[in-house]
Amino acid sequence: MDFIFQPWAWYIGGPLIALSLFLYFYFGRDFGASTNFETLCTMAGAGKVSDYFKKDWKQRDFALMFVVGLIIGGFISSSYLIPNQTIDLNPKTVQELTDLGFANVGNQYFPNEIFGDDIYTSLKGFLILIISGVLIGFGTRYAGGCTSGHAITGLSSLQLPSLLAVIGFFIGGIIATWLIIPLIF
Amino acid sequence: MKNIKFLILGIFFAIVLSKSQAISWYRFYEMFKFQSFHMFGIIGGAVVISAIIMQLFKSGKIKDINGNKIVPKPKKKGFVSTIFGGTLFGLGWGVSGACAAPVFVIIGFKLVPALIILAGALLGAFIYGLISKKLPN
Repeated sequence: MDFIFQPWAWYIGGPLIALSLFLYFYFGRDFGASTNFETLCTMAGAGKVSDYFKKDWKQRDFALMFVVGLIIGGFISSSYLIPNQTIDLNPKTVQELTDLGFANVGNQYFPNEIFGDDIYTSLKGFLILIISGVLIGFGTRYAGGCTSGHAITGLSSLQLPSLLAVIGFFIGGIIATWLIIPLIF
Repeated sequence: MKNIKFLILGIFFAIVLSKSQAISWYRFYEMFKFQSFHMFGIIGGAVVISAIIMQLFKSGKIKDINGNKIVPKPKKKGFVSTIFGGTLFGLGWGVSGACAAPVFVIIGFKLVPALIILAGALLGAFIYGLISKKLPN
């Protein structure tokens, strides 16, 4: 039982992600998550505004079940499986973030500076989340996939567009952490 | 309820991402700063093993549950769309630490912030749908 409550090393997580991909394909579907953003738009009635969303979402009901599972799994993990959210970060990372004004670095999964009460009281906190979300939704659809679809499925099936997309993911992520985070904090 | 297997797979995948810390904002920050091997190990390990699995699919050694050959759909091509779209996604990913599957997992950890990110993502996908025909590929 001890294993369940300890953090899992990369060599446990990596293979289990590959197992998830395997099962997804074995069940007859392509592994990926960002198409759900489109499906949810369609369900909300976006087809009335744009033909792009005139799709039969019932054909993707399996993916919506997967999404419901993700939410349930997140709830189970946070409530029962992770008694201690401490992360063994590189001391340099801790120092850098502390210098930027982050408190309790690595003592929880999500920093209060982005996921804390600021979103209720400051426009800045709210804007950080909503704009990030817009970039995630727009970017994954424009690129045709996310980390699951491109980085895992696309790279492992040796598709060139996925390599380009992953290069893009890292360009964006590096700009965000090296330039934007120091700028907004 | 033929889709119940996807529900269970979703729960399993969420637990894997949560327990291996692959949904933690700090882990992505560390990765983009090249200060830890952890996330590279997770993604790299997943890709290498998946590549072997893909070969087994391709050779027909493993068929799907209905006995059909497994062929991953080809990704849409386009240099500008994949690089530029990828970069925009990376900006949001780097700042918020959330991507398409984890954003749903994070709902179980930080309900309201994750819902705001999700609302943004739906808005982003909606904007893409509106202007997709006018964008360069």
